[in-house]
Amino acid sequence: MSHPPRTHRDRRALWRSPLRGPWLTSVFGVILLFGLPVLFVTGLLSYAAYNPELSPVNDQTPDKGLLGFYLFTWPTNPSWLYRVNQGVHVTLGIVLVPVLLAKLWSVIPKLFTWPPVRSVGHGLERLSLLALVGGGLFEFATGVLNVQLDYIFPGSFYPLHFYGAWIFMAALVVHVALRFPTMVRALRSRDLRAELRTRAHDTTPEPPDETGLVSPQPAAPTMSRRGALAMVGTGSFALLVVTAGQSIGGSLRETAVLAPHGRNPGSGPNGFQINKTTMAVGIRARDIGPDWRLTVRGTTGRETVLTREQLLRLPRHGAALPIACVEGWSTSDQRWDGVRLADLAALVGHADRPPRVLVESVQRHGSFRRVVLSDVQVRDPRSLLALRVNGADLSPDHGYPARVIVPGAPGVHNTKWVGRLTFGNFEETA
Amino acid sequence: MKAALRRFGPRAALRRFGPRRLEPESPLRLVLLLCSFALTGYAGLRLLSGDWFGILLWIVGAAILHDLVLLPLYALADRAVGAALPAAARWINHVRVPVFLSGLLLLVWFPLILGRQERRYENATGLSADVFWPRWLLITAGLFAASAVWLAIRVVIRVWRRRPGPRRGAPAAGERKPPAGPARPSRP
Repeated sequence: MSHPPRTHRDRRALWRSPLRGPWLTSVFGVILLFGLPVLFVTGLLSYAAYNPELSPVNDQTPDKGLLGFYLFTWPTNPSWLYRVNQGVHVTLGIVLVPVLLAKLWSVIPKLFTWPPVRSVGHGLERLSLLALVGGGLFEFATGVLNVQLDYIFPGSFYPLHFYGAWIFMAALVVHVALRFPTMVRALRSRDLRAELRTRAHDTTPEPPDETGLVSPQPAAPTMSRRGALAMVGTGSFALLVVTAGQSIGGSLRETAVLAPHGRNPGSGPNGFQINKTTMAVGIRARDIGPDWRLTVRGTTGRETVLTREQLLRLPRHGAALPIACVEGWSTSDQRWDGVRLADLAALVGHADRPPRVLVESVQRHGSFRRVVLSDVQVRDPRSLLALRVNGADLSPDHGYPARVIVPGAPGVHNTKWVGRLTFGNFEETA
Repeated sequence: MKAALRRFGPRAALRRFGPRRLEPESPLRLVLLLCSFALTGYAGLRLLSGDWFGILLWIVGAAILHDLVLLPLYALADRAVGAALPAAARWINHVRVPVFLSGLLLLVWFPLILGRQERRYENATGLSADVFWPRWLLITAGLFAASAVWLAIRVVIRVWRRRPGPRRGAPAAGERKPPAGPARPSRP
């Protein structure tokens, strides 16, 4: 047993846990190695679901340039695509928090290596590690805060979380490339099953190696490695239990006791999740009262203005579709009833192959008063201007007199309190 | 195909890009880092186009706050508990684990639990925001209670096992025999 030579300024002796070592770090690392790419891909897909290429109205991160290379027209099939994508993104992100913290805990002695910079290459790597740790914590923090509407971060959530993710991934890729062989060797150095059988008082430190993670002066063990893994795993499981229900819905919703959307607002046909009430966006009674009108316009200049009664007399169709929010909650399928967007396009001269549409709400503030839906979305027979839900009129908070519902689209693209539909080419700055 | 696998397969990659080949000054390593910084720069210019100072403060601050404040703080707290308990207290994990779980739930859900955006939350969801702190307290109480019950069961089992007497304390045939080799060390 010989440790690497220590200088008198070696601060690693500060850290005395006998559990720290390349094996434990690698176990946490390999979990993140599977989890973080899933977070990244579901995050990019979530952004693609906004159809940002369609119109500046939809683009929450302008000037993305090459970082938008993967964008495509978001499909309407399957209708639960966004629901699952976003549920996985948010729930997995929350579940990985203890693993991330454990991983950082396990490598903390490296922060205090001396001298802090040994060479240009070493200095660059440490700079990259700052981007890795800072970027990673930034991504998790902004995500967790946004879900809880605590907008204390310096700017709009979408560009921060989006560009931050690229910085985090840039540092992560290089970190994995540099450390992968070490991780594989460390994982092979101990037998997982043997480790899971070892009790606290039989736990010995890992043999010292060049990683510098093993404490040169380990304290007596008070917890086994299996105990540490079990504790972190239990932490992840606890977070899963108090969170996942808001995304799964149904009878499991109530299990999400600490998640923001773990309960239904009231019962009955309109007793399902809301993300913006009339109050929150400044809808007044007269905006959605008897004087409400829907204006439908086409490229040919044709325009028609409809009352709710006239809309109700148009051919109506049903669709069972969920609502899923970027914040990770969703509802199970609700039975919507209304007029097809394609039929409304036909009213103003777009009978065949209806084009995209600019949807405008009567709401006074909020970033999603206006959205553009793609032609793919307009043409899907399940895309409705919904008037009723689950056999009853929409409640004001669910978008009365009329709202859009599109299969597979993010919740904010299912515009509520719709006042105007403009099919085809439109003045986007209007 | 096989030859290609031998030359370019995972083993070959391990050999080639193993830690020895990636010494801090190896050119490949520098190229990798520079590529990564190029992407960081490209995304960073866009990220920092708003409140650049605030954003930098958040990213660097997050690393500093975690590494130099939070982590040392919970490491010290853990050591303090260990020092306060009688030597080699076997029940330290019955304190450590519920504190960890409760703290973790608070760390993730503190904006809701502390009611930081109560009005905004109620406006947005139509739900009341004052359910979260009692729920978190209840969960915390439940975790400590479960941990205490578990400890009590362990103590009872240990006492029961050590009880002298030919029948009740003796292990059933083939069961609970200490493994060969050094017996489980008795605690001093």
